[in-house]
Amino acid sequence: MTTTEHLGHSPPNPLLELRDVSKIYGAGDALMKALAGVNLSIYAGEFVAIMGPSGSGKSTCMNILGCLDTPSTGHYFFQGIDVGELSRNQRALLRRNYLGFVFQGFNLLNRTSALENVELPLIYRGINARSRRRLARQALLAVGLADREGHTPGELSGGQQQRVAIARAIVTGPSLLLADEPTGNLDSARSLEIMDLLTVLNRDKNITVVMVTHERDMAAYAKRIVHFKDGLIETDHQQEHEL
Amino acid sequence: MLGNAFILALRELRRNVMRSILTMLGIIIGVSAVITLVTLGGGATQQVTEQISSLGSNLLMISVGKRMGPGQTSGAEAFKIADAEVLDREVNGLVAVAPVAIGSTTAIYANQNWSTNVTGSTESFFFVSNQKIAQGRLFNVSEARIGASVCVIGQTVATKLFGSQSPLNNRIRLQKLSCIVIGLLESKGQSSMGSDQDDIVVVPLRTFQRRIAGNQDVNLIKVSVKDGVNTEDIKHELERIMRVRRHLAANDDNNFNVLDMKEIALMLSNTTQTMTGLLSAVGAVSLLVGGIGIMNIMLVSVTERTREIGIRLAIGALEREVLLQFLVEAMVLSSLGGIIGIVLALITAVALSGILQVPFVFQGGIVIIAFLFSATVGVVFGYFPARKAARLDPIEALRHE
Repeated sequence: MTTTEHLGHSPPNPLLELRDVSKIYGAGDALMKALAGVNLSIYAGEFVAIMGPSGSGKSTCMNILGCLDTPSTGHYFFQGIDVGELSRNQRALLRRNYLGFVFQGFNLLNRTSALENVELPLIYRGINARSRRRLARQALLAVGLADREGHTPGELSGGQQQRVAIARAIVTGPSLLLADEPTGNLDSARSLEIMDLLTVLNRDKNITVVMVTHERDMAAYAKRIVHFKDGLIETDHQQEHEL
Repeated sequence: MLGNAFILALRELRRNVMRSILTMLGIIIGVSAVITLVTLGGGATQQVTEQISSLGSNLLMISVGKRMGPGQTSGAEAFKIADAEVLDREVNGLVAVAPVAIGSTTAIYANQNWSTNVTGSTESFFFVSNQKIAQGRLFNVSEARIGASVCVIGQTVATKLFGSQSPLNNRIRLQKLSCIVIGLLESKGQSSMGSDQDDIVVVPLRTFQRRIAGNQDVNLIKVSVKDGVNTEDIKHELERIMRVRRHLAANDDNNFNVLDMKEIALMLSNTTQTMTGLLSAVGAVSLLVGGIGIMNIMLVSVTERTREIGIRLAIGALEREVLLQFLVEAMVLSSLGGIIGIVLALITAVALSGILQVPFVFQGGIVIIAFLFSATVGVVFGYFPARKAARLDPIEALRHE
């Protein structure tokens, strides 16, 4: 990844920084302001939960943080890089090299084994087949699914599928893991397992986690909770953990 | 990156085996149709050419009447043996001249009879017509001169009259003539005009004229030209002499016809090639339709896999990587179809050449062309769907149900 070098900027303290970011959809009467000037800094090693009602802008915020979308105005700095200035392909490279995604709907490739699913991001990184297999097995081991590598998503439970998705997100060793309602499709027992897993990854592998959720129980696992309302941050506080 | 795209493409096709096969069907049919037709056409062309050359090398045929074709004797006087002798003597560059008289009759042996053509000619006939002896011998010069009661027969006649028994030294009856079979000719098979070249009885010309026809007519003069001599020149020379001998005035049309077998060969092989070309064009159209089929399926596939594309884009696939994936997929589909089509075509061509009795001539060129064409079809018709996939917005794509 050469983007960091090219776009200079001595690494600032925050891993991510939203600076007066707004996002506007549509035009005229249909104009919709999903984000209305958000400022947010997230530092390496944090575990942040983003909460808020639907339409509060939390999903839009996630898309921008995930470099899938760019701000209409304002700046988003990822490791000091102004993402808004990057081309579509440069953002793809950023995602490939630094980000891991976990979705509510798991989003695994159907009829594809767990191992092949986990290998997918490594294919795009151009890693050779043998290393790919080794790294994918390690990642599956880390999420406790070493014995399910040959199973396709259809043969796995929801919780297991989400763990495969987490393995896929962490297999590249990302600096940021973005989880969009990771427990939204799971029952409470499975949800707790997933949250435990994210906590462990955050604590032991020092992966920064940003998670969108609307469940308080899940948000409780995070070290910091950010509340969105009407496109703005309503509250932002650290929580004490008994862990 | 290309290697990865191949792996991904093969994985994807394996996941949808049935659909992949159905998609390839158009290409398979197109490729195999083109290759089969071209191969069979090539075989037929070669066969025609071989058959013509088996009629005799550098053969010119002088027939009575204006138009070409067999039996066109209307309104013109037949040739005489003397005509052939004069031509043989006066035209340079000839190997042999054979006067030929033909009549149909029934050949009888014991209680078997077979209706056939009897050819009366000189010993040169066998050389000029490229007829070779299989058993026994040909008649010699003195037998020809005295009009001996001997005959040489073809395989068909031998089989019909004698079955599996050897025909040599048996007497067969041709109308009033009873003659000894002294030789059996090698089989020449069907002619390019579809007649059986083995259904033949050859007797000395004088024997034919005296004992069968009862006149001095010669219907045909076959002339064999030396290698390297221009047949066109010979043709003109033959025409000049024949016009004099037939007392034609300067403004009279020829009442005979000199036919160059090479011209016929050329004409026939051109016809065969034209037919092959036309039929192949039909096959090529089905290749095109096959290509559209691929585009259709790839478009469906892109829509169906929108979410997958979203996932790939989200985890960092570049536009060109997604493009390449779908392009390679389309190409693998069409090339695989091409390969299957080639295999199928070769099997079909071998089988059909057996049934149609056309030699199987492997045409490497068309196989390569058909394969390259099918691969190109994949690229051309796969490009549009692939671009559509690559340009998807990852956020929208991920939301797609």
